[in-house]
Amino acid sequence: MNKLAWFYFPARLAWRQLIFDRSKLVAAICGVLFACVLVFMQLGFKDSLYASAASAPVKLSGDLFLMHKQSEAMWRPIQFKRSELMRVLGNPAVAEAYPLYLGLAPLKNIKTQVKRTLMVYGFDPDSLIFNLDEIKNKRHELRLKDTVLFDEYSRPEFGPMRSLLEAGRNVTEINDYKVNIVGLFRLGVSFAADGNVMTSDLNFMRIFPRRNLSEIDMGVIKLHPGAPVQQVKAELRSQLNEFVNIFSYEELLKYEKDYWANTAPIGFIFGFGTVMGWVVGLVIVYQILFTDIANHRNEFATLKAMGYEHGYFVRLVFASAFFLAVLGFIPGYVLSLGLYHLAESQMYMPMPMLWSKIITVFLFILSMCVMAGLLAIRKLKDANPADMF
Amino acid sequence: MPAVIDVEHLDFSFGSGALTQPVLKDITLSIRKGEIVLITGPSGSGKTTFLTIIGGLRQAFHGSVKVLDQQLINSSEQVKVKARQQIGYIFQQHNLLKSLSALQNVSMTLEMGNALTEQQRRDRSAEALIAVGLGDRLDYKPGQLSGGQLQRVSIARALVGQPKIILADEPTASLDKQSGYEAVSLLKRLAKESQTAILLVTHDYRILDIADRVVELEDGVIKSV
Repeated sequence: MNKLAWFYFPARLAWRQLIFDRSKLVAAICGVLFACVLVFMQLGFKDSLYASAASAPVKLSGDLFLMHKQSEAMWRPIQFKRSELMRVLGNPAVAEAYPLYLGLAPLKNIKTQVKRTLMVYGFDPDSLIFNLDEIKNKRHELRLKDTVLFDEYSRPEFGPMRSLLEAGRNVTEINDYKVNIVGLFRLGVSFAADGNVMTSDLNFMRIFPRRNLSEIDMGVIKLHPGAPVQQVKAELRSQLNEFVNIFSYEELLKYEKDYWANTAPIGFIFGFGTVMGWVVGLVIVYQILFTDIANHRNEFATLKAMGYEHGYFVRLVFASAFFLAVLGFIPGYVLSLGLYHLAESQMYMPMPMLWSKIITVFLFILSMCVMAGLLAIRKLKDANPADMF
Repeated sequence: MPAVIDVEHLDFSFGSGALTQPVLKDITLSIRKGEIVLITGPSGSGKTTFLTIIGGLRQAFHGSVKVLDQQLINSSEQVKVKARQQIGYIFQQHNLLKSLSALQNVSMTLEMGNALTEQQRRDRSAEALIAVGLGDRLDYKPGQLSGGQLQRVSIARALVGQPKIILADEPTASLDKQSGYEAVSLLKRLAKESQTAILLVTHDYRILDIADRVVELEDGVIKSV
């Protein structure tokens, strides 16, 4: 009873005072809601950025990956010799090794003729280095000259490809080179590329006439089933030249993600936006709590004169902060959920509402309200009964 | 009869150095259990200051102020808080919490101690409100009550903790003649029943007849007893 009363009584009074003035409560909740939505959106965009940055590597099917050490990320690769990749075949654990060619090139919209840059992947169609059924099914067509597959999840600016293909209009240009679109697959856009096209390694060289087969952007290595990935990686590390990086699947995802988080300023921008949302919310909640204490100064002084201790009012302020955090978070969460769906349907960006994000944002909002409470508590000193009666 | 309030040679002044403004000079006053003492005097005579010192709201440094055998001169915050908890305070304005009902306001006095259950607190608060004639207004908020009713709620709030001392600072100031007189008469009746001492500051001469003793204060000095 004693422990419970210690927090229960001030919390109950805080609650009664909050719900007494409904219009002020609504204004307060709106302030927290605003901060909540701001933080949710910033974190959502940031996670979406990372998720889409890793959309291509996620679908790669391999155990180890080679990249040039100077490659900052997959979308801006530095070439290295194909022979360097082929050296890994000397390791008995390695089953297969395939080169992957990457390049950015403009694709002409079949309808509007407007050109827009997308990512072109070139690889041996029989290699199955992409874990996508559509590519496996279309590998015979890809072996033909000047054939490509188009990413259905590309941005709509490239044209309504599915209906165009159904209407038989499948000829367009990539890098001013005429190609036939023979099918669709689903991968997703990233911050680097608005769309994706996959083709055979030979077609890739036709689209990019200055490239040649012996200069590759990435190597995809498949090991024999059951081979110890980290051990093989260490062995290859000692055998290969210094200028290549060897990544496991998880390491590749992390490398791509870290590029956007650290090397590109985008991660910083969203991080900054998140902090600004926190600060704005802090100021709003502080202002609410501060005026609340000022308005109740007389009542608090009365309670002090009756024998209530300072700590009671501190707990009361924190309880108010907690209630505001919860009351603002719930509608903020619902609104953000709607905005996430809107972003997914309108901007083609993956914005999943994960539990981890919900908890993170709630703790963020809670810390914001507690901080505001800490700042507002100084105002309690004004409630001095001797000065008021 | 033992003294519940024992003041000896109390000096008090505001400010310091050349700006020192003496407010109370060499006050000696003793109040016994169950006694009703009125302090009157013109504005600025130090009445309210005297009350706040006894109520543990203001720190005095010279003389002796013993409330329920606790020395309040140069006392710590804990001693003063403890003294406040043992005293019922009635203010010039009713000073009720406007977000709480009459019953909840009265219960605030009992929530400081942890001895009672929620039901016991409600019952005792309701009893206190019935005693001041507000049994049918338990769940009214302050905004729905008249001035006289509000002051009666605050009397119930002061009495519900069964204090040995009640301090009242011009409790009739915001009331008309009739409801003011009714309020202090009620206070007197309930205090006599429970042997509670009352120290009441007023310059309302219409209520002087409720007192056992009237003390007149002028310029910080007790003029007549």
